[in-house]
Amino acid sequence: MIEVRWHGRGGQGAVTSVELLAVAAISAGKYAQGFPSFGPERRGAPVAAFSRIDEKKIKVRSGIYEPDVVIVLDASLIGLVNVIDGLKPEGKLIVNTPKTPEEIKKELNFSGFVATVDGTGIARKAMGVPIANTTMIGALLKVIGVMGLEEMKEAVEHRFGRIAQKNLNAMKRAYEEIKTSN
Amino acid sequence: MAKRIGMEVAVAVAEAVGQCDIDMAAVYPITPQSHIAEHLSDLVADGKINAEFVTVESEHSAMSAVIGASGTGARVYTATSSQGLMLMHELLPIASGMRLPIVMGIANRAVSGPLNILNDHSDIMPQRDSGWISLFAENGQEAIDLSIQAFKIAEHKDVQLPVCVNIDGFQLTHMVEPLEFPDQELVNKFLPTRVPYATLHPAKPVTMGAFSMSDYFTEIMKAKDEALKNSKKVILEVWDEWAKMFGRSYKPVETYKAEDADILMLTMGSMGETAEMAIDGLRAKGVKAGLIKLRLWRPFPFAEIKAVVKNAKKLIVTDRAVSFGGPGGPVFSEIKSALYAEIQRPAIYNYIIGLGGRDVTVPDFVHMFEKVIADKANKAVDTYEFWGVRE
Repeated sequence: MIEVRWHGRGGQGAVTSVELLAVAAISAGKYAQGFPSFGPERRGAPVAAFSRIDEKKIKVRSGIYEPDVVIVLDASLIGLVNVIDGLKPEGKLIVNTPKTPEEIKKELNFSGFVATVDGTGIARKAMGVPIANTTMIGALLKVIGVMGLEEMKEAVEHRFGRIAQKNLNAMKRAYEEIKTSN
Repeated sequence: MAKRIGMEVAVAVAEAVGQCDIDMAAVYPITPQSHIAEHLSDLVADGKINAEFVTVESEHSAMSAVIGASGTGARVYTATSSQGLMLMHELLPIASGMRLPIVMGIANRAVSGPLNILNDHSDIMPQRDSGWISLFAENGQEAIDLSIQAFKIAEHKDVQLPVCVNIDGFQLTHMVEPLEFPDQELVNKFLPTRVPYATLHPAKPVTMGAFSMSDYFTEIMKAKDEALKNSKKVILEVWDEWAKMFGRSYKPVETYKAEDADILMLTMGSMGETAEMAIDGLRAKGVKAGLIKLRLWRPFPFAEIKAVVKNAKKLIVTDRAVSFGGPGGPVFSEIKSALYAEIQRPAIYNYIIGLGGRDVTVPDFVHMFEKVIADKANKAVDTYEFWGVRE
């Protein structure tokens, strides 16, 4: 089972991302959960959301405290929120930033795997908005590899209708442009 | 088998209710039930279901509206949570007293104060004696299935009672997970049009929920009690039919590795599957642990509970609510009462867990077992503890 924690700010679409990912993974025949951090949320305030993906039925319903992957939708949260809290030693950190993985590693004093991509830059060019939640699904799929981009198509089309293709294009660019610390 | 799809459970519950050919719904939104209210209202507004959605100014009005509509013979639905359910409280015994087959979804949430919007069972417990059939869902699939079954149970000629389906708030309502929707044609076959015992109509007036003094009140209360008890037979028949038609079976008391268990735990609601993982871990270490999951809260399944615990030495009852100044948690109290006259019964322990959304993890459940196993002199028997409380 892969457990993912998403960090974003209220309104940046972290909850939409976990929903899209779960819907797509389930359509692809996998088992998945997508859920927000329960409770009140405010636009602009730090929020978290969670994904679980597995090949077999998922029973656990408690929170995720030791994620395999952490994905940060808004790099301004680094320093405000301990984004690597509980991240497994072999876990992977993905950050939406134009910076290199090495720069992020230094900022966080983190020795594990880091991947970065300028998701906001990509979203701005591909969709005309600085909202990178769907874009960063591309980055996540490149890192976790449990399914391909084509498996996101149906869920994104169902959710976004006529602007779905722009989201899918941005997702593909993040998938291709992500840089890793290896 | 139907294809599994990913959907948020609250939305899925509204979809399932939309499959039931309801005539009318009155739902006042409240966290964490809101997505049921919103999606059901969407289904009506988009013309996907042919029903009237009555917008009301409070939960008290929502329950009043469905009582009136159900009295005309309509198939009705409402849903609420926490303070909303508390506001409905005075009407709940009226709905059951009038023998109206109303179906209500409850996105279980802590009651104030202090204000808390997260999951526990402190909203349903004060409604225990209101004469409603009360079912608990463990996961999203059960939330869908029970919501559909509820109409069939409620409307059965030998039942004619309201049914509430408890769906843990957030833990279930806000989870996107794999779900199977039953085929619409099969649902139509499973759930024929309601045949009401009597209907309100201006052209043919009748009185419902009338006045009764000491001359008949006791008899009416006894009749309601008998009706609740007798509903279990119908509930079992409905679950049997469901299993045959849709392949998923339901029992008043579910068990997991309980047959040969020395020590059992009892859960109700969404924590069951997490507790199962603790059982697996304990079994791997040679501990004969098992789980009982209570699905039917009212009518209380006395015989089934007695049967599944009779060979266990210890039983841990978990509660998601408190009976302040009382005997511990309400489920604990019920289980003790059910087993009081049994010659052979386990030593019973009570942990009050997961209040106001406090997370309970697999290691928590393992620790509860370990703590009870370590109590070799049975010192903590019949006492209750607030699990994980900071003092």
